[in-house]
Amino acid sequence: MESLFADLIQVLAATVRLSVPLIFTALAGLYAERSGIFDIGLEGKMLFSAFSAATVATVTGSAWLGLFAGILTGVLLSLLHGFASITQRGNQIISGVAINFIASGLTILLGNAWFGQGGRTPQLPNSARFTEITLPFAAEIAPIPFLGPLYSGLISGQNVLVYLAFLAVPFTWWVLYRTRFGLRVRAVGENPGAVDTAGISVTWLRYRALICCGILAGFAGTYLSVAQSASFIREMSAGKGYIALAALVFAKWKPLNVLLTCLLFGFLDATSIRLQGTILPGIGEVPVQLIQALPYILTVILLAGFIGKAIPPKAGGVPYVKER
Amino acid sequence: MPRMAAPYFGCGNAGPVRLRRPWIPRRPVAGSTGPFVAVYRDRPMNAPTAVPTPAIELVGIDKRFGPVHANKNIHLSVAKGSIHGIIGENGAGKSTLMSILYGFYHADSGQILVNGQELRITDSQTAIRAGIGMVHQHFMLVENFSVLENVMLGVEGGVLLKHGETAVRAALRGIEQEYGLDVDPDAIIEELPVGKQQRVEILKALYRGAEVLILDEPTGVLTPAEADHLFKMLAQLKAQGKTVILITHKLREIMAITDTVSVMRRGEVVATRKTAETTMAELAELMVGRRVLLRVEKGEAKPGPVVLSVENLTVKDGRGVTMVDNVSFEVRAGEIVGIAGVAGNGQSELLEAIAGIRKASSGRIIMNGEPVDRDGRVDPALLRKKGLAHVPEDRHHMGLVLAFEENENAILGYQDDPKYLKGPFLDIDAIRKDAVEKIEKYDIRPADPRLKTANFSGGNQQKIVLAREIERDPACLLVGQPTRGVDIGAIEFIHKRLVALRDEGKAILLVSVELDEIRSLSDRILVMFAGTIVGEPEAHADEQEIGLMMAGIGREAAE
Repeated sequence: MESLFADLIQVLAATVRLSVPLIFTALAGLYAERSGIFDIGLEGKMLFSAFSAATVATVTGSAWLGLFAGILTGVLLSLLHGFASITQRGNQIISGVAINFIASGLTILLGNAWFGQGGRTPQLPNSARFTEITLPFAAEIAPIPFLGPLYSGLISGQNVLVYLAFLAVPFTWWVLYRTRFGLRVRAVGENPGAVDTAGISVTWLRYRALICCGILAGFAGTYLSVAQSASFIREMSAGKGYIALAALVFAKWKPLNVLLTCLLFGFLDATSIRLQGTILPGIGEVPVQLIQALPYILTVILLAGFIGKAIPPKAGGVPYVKER
Repeated sequence: MPRMAAPYFGCGNAGPVRLRRPWIPRRPVAGSTGPFVAVYRDRPMNAPTAVPTPAIELVGIDKRFGPVHANKNIHLSVAKGSIHGIIGENGAGKSTLMSILYGFYHADSGQILVNGQELRITDSQTAIRAGIGMVHQHFMLVENFSVLENVMLGVEGGVLLKHGETAVRAALRGIEQEYGLDVDPDAIIEELPVGKQQRVEILKALYRGAEVLILDEPTGVLTPAEADHLFKMLAQLKAQGKTVILITHKLREIMAITDTVSVMRRGEVVATRKTAETTMAELAELMVGRRVLLRVEKGEAKPGPVVLSVENLTVKDGRGVTMVDNVSFEVRAGEIVGIAGVAGNGQSELLEAIAGIRKASSGRIIMNGEPVDRDGRVDPALLRKKGLAHVPEDRHHMGLVLAFEENENAILGYQDDPKYLKGPFLDIDAIRKDAVEKIEKYDIRPADPRLKTANFSGGNQQKIVLAREIERDPACLLVGQPTRGVDIGAIEFIHKRLVALRDEGKAILLVSVELDEIRSLSDRILVMFAGTIVGEPEAHADEQEIGLMMAGIGREAAE
């Protein structure tokens, strides 16, 4: 029983760690899609931000400067997406896919040219990373049964970006439902005509939403290379951007739902890692590949039939053209 | 409707208007805090007899959308505190003009004067600040927002919504009491009936301090009761000194509620009249316009047995508004039955329902003695097989695929005919040979079956559609706007071909907004108004008589 509980805490801690990039990225997508811009380029933004953050952290030795570089990269890629899909009224999916390709190719190319490690960045020392923060009294509370491990093993001992991710959720909710900007973002994703006739610039509003998207994608990328790992590894985003998009749909574009779905997806991921090599009664050893594929399979199944009707922002994916 | 209409007819009479007018300028000075106060004070006091400055003046407004000249050199003056109607057929450029005034579109040239001062309205924000509010034909509401959020959008009164919400709530209560606009501020837009949604649009404008309110086809989506309520509100707004611009294509509304009316036709303002000094007949004539009457040589019709019979047909549009209301008629072999009417009175929906591309909500359509539906379901492909051909009103969207080659369009809808097939594949050679024959017979130019359809002129595109449908030798042909956007030469050809088809003993149902066309082609004329057939004038009835029916006057007299 004791060990089972310890196992559970371990899986939950892993869940939290694995869901953080999903939370950041899904929230990033939330700002973009709520404003009516589909963003399939989340994956690329996250990947490129991870690379920039690791590179700058390597060069400067500062995790915070790395974070800044990650955010800057995310915002720049978002502006590129905005230029293509808002200003030039291009196809948002194509623009997003292009960003994914750019990120995938350039990170390897630049990484190899600068560091010569096959696309990797050098191992970061702990001083240049976001490391675990032990909350007060973690050691004191630890011996208390049940509550102790929960506090010291799960709530304490995470890095600063983890806490920020969990704060970003209520913050996004507050922005979306309690501020002028949020009201307008929600409106422009549903009916840009209403926003336009109210005398608000649709273009500028959507750009601002994309900048928010870029900032959050920057956090996600930085988390991957400077907090979770200690270097950038080629293709390290490994489809998390797409999973985050799926989570966003699953969450029906609502911030608090995003938290729950990202935790669920993180939990599936954590379980699959935990299950590797274990022998399940009656089944035998489950193939690693199947377990690794589990989150994706479940995503498909959940998306296909278990979330009810997910109604996307009505104006999503359509460039706003005022004149006939 | 007649019950409500009576008091507003009063507004049109000289008496009450004259009495009321002196009241109007007082309101803004006493009550308003808007930009209008300053304007009044700036006005020279030594010219009391001068004509009051109009609330809105448009000078030489011109606007093109690519090849479409939507507004041609428009001059328009709207008196303060009046209800000014702008009437015209669909596509006459009314909405474009008002969108320019509201800053939604930019005019290519021309000036806008608000209270006598020139104003460059670059965006809606400028228009709102100048006290202009607009209720668009398609509501500009966020459907999953509450009423409160919609009213607040753009005038939130701060970075956070909290203060704005309180302010809007209080202001809404005030506006509601003043104008009798009761709407629950927390209701979600998509759950409200259209009439209430429209009220929200009006509330939005009033909350933004609108002194001039533009309503674009406001009654199109309303039930008669809702329309009555709207008119009551407009009268109340006018009594409060607001200026109202009402865009519509419905003559009765103009006569019932406006003080002045401007008629638009093909992008131009063709006339402006005091409502009290004009008649529906005059307006109808101005709206439709006279066209060179094209003589069509045709002999007496020899009507045979009934081919198409429509019984108690009712059709609703996408919003659930009844567009065709309990319509019954017959079309016999060897006759052309023309349906006349001002655009938007249900002719399009009627045609689509018969052609099987719009579901009728009740009634029966019978062809050659058999109902066309199978268990309430109609299948246009099956209808074609049964010999019902359809030349749709909008050839670009429904008649042709513009990106296709001419020969591909020439078989569209009939591509399963064995004549065009070689096993499971299309017989390209047969198709092209067939296309060449049709090109020759219909004199389609250029005579190139491989040319992209978009590159043909309007007249030739229409001939491609007509050739395709007529050459199938249908028992019954439905034709919508056969000569819309077609040059004179092609018009003549098309008219002759339709008459020839009639003489072959086919039944033809013709829908057109061109009264001349209806009169010169039809053996029998049915006039549609507000979804019902209001009369069957004599085949030789004059334009005026039919025009009156098209304006719904015949029916009113009958009631």
